[in-house]
Order: sequence, then structure tokens, then C-alpha cells
Amino acid sequence: MQLIRCPWCGPREETEFHPGGPATVPYPADPAALSDADWARFVFVRPNPKGPSREWWAHSAGCRRWFAAERDTRTHRFTGPMTAGAP
Amino acid sequence: MTPTTTPQHFSGLGAHLPEHPEHLWRNPEPKRSYDVVIVGGGGHGLATAHYLARNHGITNVAVLEKGWLAGGNMARNTTLIRSNYLWDESAGIYEHALELWEGLEEDLGYPILFSQRGVLNLAHTEQDVRDSVCRVEANRLNGVDAEWLGPDEVAKVCPIVNVSSDIRYPVQGATFQPRAGIAKHDYVAWGFARRADQAGIDLLQHCEVTGFTTDGDRVTGLRTTRGDIACGTVALCAAGHTSVLLDQLGIAAPLQSHPLQALVSELLEPVHPTIVMSNAVHVYVSQAHKGELVMGAGIDAATGYGQRGSFSIIERQMAAAVELFPVFARAHLLRSWAGVVDVTPDASPIIGRTPYDNVVLNCGWGTGGFKATPGLGWCLAHTIAHGEPHPLVAPFGLDRFTTGALVDEHGAAAVAH
Repeated sequence: MQLIRCPWCGPREETEFHPGGPATVPYPADPAALSDADWARFVFVRPNPKGPSREWWAHSAGCRRWFAAERDTRTHRFTGPMTAGAP
Repeated sequence: MTPTTTPQHFSGLGAHLPEHPEHLWRNPEPKRSYDVVIVGGGGHGLATAHYLARNHGITNVAVLEKGWLAGGNMARNTTLIRSNYLWDESAGIYEHALELWEGLEEDLGYPILFSQRGVLNLAHTEQDVRDSVCRVEANRLNGVDAEWLGPDEVAKVCPIVNVSSDIRYPVQGATFQPRAGIAKHDYVAWGFARRADQAGIDLLQHCEVTGFTTDGDRVTGLRTTRGDIACGTVALCAAGHTSVLLDQLGIAAPLQSHPLQALVSELLEPVHPTIVMSNAVHVYVSQAHKGELVMGAGIDAATGYGQRGSFSIIERQMAAAVELFPVFARAHLLRSWAGVVDVTPDASPIIGRTPYDNVVLNCGWGTGGFKATPGLGWCLAHTIAHGEPHPLVAPFGLDRFTTGALVDEHGAAAVAH
């Protein structure tokens, strides 16, 4: 079983965690100005890199807090520092 | 000590071996240019090539495969074939595929071990029952064979299912599609590859696309590990790696690539006469011709291209399988593996036009692409030949995410494919 290091709790088993998707999709600055195509991109399109990926994770069966992490999608290894709060 | 054999003896033995049997396809050198280049030599790419030649007489075609033919998801799926999807759009394409499966051995002139043994989709809750009965009626209206079975009838179709009310997720009944089945996935790929090759289509293995050359809204050529290739039309059939190609073209598509695991048991005598799927507990089981129990799991929640999944998924899947099939408790796991599946927000594929005039897209089949192989090949070949999406794939265009006309099969059609 893979161990993931929660910034607050330390290394825990992966089943305690929940992936929250890419941490690189900001909410539109001016939502009223968005076209349908812009909305489609914001709602549906996410980066799907083969390699380093900046992601949200939640320690959902532990302290229940969110953090941002860098993970390599080729190896599924966590490669960067875990950051509390904003990515 | 005197050696009993020498190298000379070995080479002498070799001289007496029979000639290598004929290969099912050539291994040609790439030409500089093709009318149609299909990227991805899995089931979908090979089927598209076959139907381009068979239905449209288009044979100046190359299929580019970065590994060996049909060595990705085509070699890793659980071979289930069914068409009992809820929505009209899905029933259309999957039922078309099922009809083609029914005549595929004759068409290909090659055995594919297609066995129509039926599929049970179990319902475990009252809501499951309501949804399932609704899906049966929708299937019938679309000409798809479907019936609703109570727990006793489920036990008649598949005696090894535990229909006792005394388990965590009791079986409240099931939908049954008798025409569903399984096929030998490798033979399917080889059958399509052989016919495409016979038609003069070049199947280029170990030929990875590393980039594209473009001119305005056209792609003029592909850079590959076996040299540059100019193209008329490009069809992308790269499944879990589609995003890698689309990123090079600057096309945004709502795809997420996840590991999807499956596993087989040791060889057992025939115990399982049909296919059983359970959406609620994420397990689906059939028994291969040779005797292995073939079981599919759900996807890992996190994305990944690593062709391996988390052990916890397998553990949960086995717990569910053993509760539903107590007879499996003493079976041994022989091996497990994972493929990389490209999942869309509405669990339906993306097929059709792209912002580039001469690039057509086929991706987003997620966990369920195998069953569609001949149907998709037929429709994508039509789309390439006519420059217009085939009516059966027209509802699956990339533009549906902008218009909002989604084909939402998540949960609607027993989505553990």
C-alpha cells in the first residue's frame, strides 16, 4: 500500500486520502464575461498530464484537511512538497 | 566431464525445424505519405482500418502503434460485450456493434470465440430495482433484448450467485440481456489486423507519434520514431494516451486518464455460465473459455498512466466477489494488471470533428471500449470517408460539452463496464 505524507499527520495509508483533481484551475475572475466555450472549458476540461501533476488531496479519513501536492502520473509517486492551503 | 551437446548440435537441430508459419500481417517499412493515418493500433484503430478498406475501398492507410499491435487496453480488458445502455444515443452505437459482433467471424474469416452467454446486471437496493426496470423498458423500446428477473430467476440463470437475503448487499433482482457475451480479445485484434493487412493497409509497430506539423487548420504530417509521415486525414484512436497527443495539437478535451484493473483466477472447471455485473459493489465476472474467472474492478480515483492500480481496489473487489459467489472463496488469484482508460465527464465517448479540418477524434471510451470495437470501427471509417460524422456517432461530438447535450451514462447503464 502506498503511503502519502499528510502535512499535518505525517505518512498514512493511501486509503485515508481522496484525490481532488488538478490544483491549477482557478475560478473565473469575471464569470459574467464568459462565453459558453469558456464555461465548458472551466467546468469540464482539466489538465491530464503524463508526468508531473499539481493536485489537491484531502486527508478525508484523518484530519479531513486539504493540501496541494505534486505527483508524477507515470509512477504515481508523490514528488514535491505537500503544501497546506493554496497550491 | 564430457559435454553431451555442443553448439554445433544445436544448430544442427535447428536445421530440422519446420519453416516458420506464415505471419498474419506484414511488417512493412513506413511510406512517406498516406491518405489516412490512424494513430493507435488497438482494437478501435484496427477495426477502423478494416472497415475503411471493406466498406469504402480506402486502402492507402497506415495504422501507427507505439508498442506492438493490440498490446494496450485491447490486451487488458475483460472482453464483455453488451448493448443494454439506457440512453437512445448509447443503445444506437452499442447495438450496432453487437449486431456486427454477431457476424464478425464470417466477415473476418477468423475465429474470435464469440460466446453469447448473456449478462446479468444485479440490483441491490430499491433504487437499483427502479432504475433497472426503467432501463429494461428503455432497452426494449430501442430494440435491445432485455428482461427483468427476480432473485429466484437470477439463481436459475446463474446458480452460483448468492441470492440469500442475509448478505450485506442482497440481490433484489437483475436485468438480463441474453445476447450479451464475451469474445477472445487477442483473436479479435488479430482478425482485424489480418484483414486490414490483406487489403494493403500498413500496420506500423514501434512507431510512436512524437509531434505534428500543421498548416493553418490542417495537420500536414506526423513526426514519428520511424520518420516523418505526411497525411491526408488523421484519426486519433489512442485511448488513455489521447491527451498526450491532443496537448501537442493544442486541443482541449475533457479527458482524465485513470488506471483500471482486472484479474484472473487459476483455471477452473466450468462453474459460471453467464456474465454477472454488480454496479453497487464494483465487480464483474465471467469465465473465459480456458477456465479462468475473469474479474474487472473499478478505476483508481486518482489519475495515472502507470498501468498499475492500487491494491485496495482489488481487495474491495474480491470481498464483494466472494460474498456474491461463495464458491470463489477457495479460488486463487493467478495475476492482475491494469490498463489506462480515458474517462469523460458523462461516461460517454468523444467521437468526431476537432478544430483541425482533417483530424477526427475517437476517445473517451473509459472503461467500456472493447464492446464497441466493430461498431466504432464501422462508424469512424464512415466519418473519415465522408468527412461527416456517421449518424450513430454524431451525438458524441466534442461540442456537446459546450452545448450541454451530454449523454449521461454515469450510473444510468451499469457503468462498471
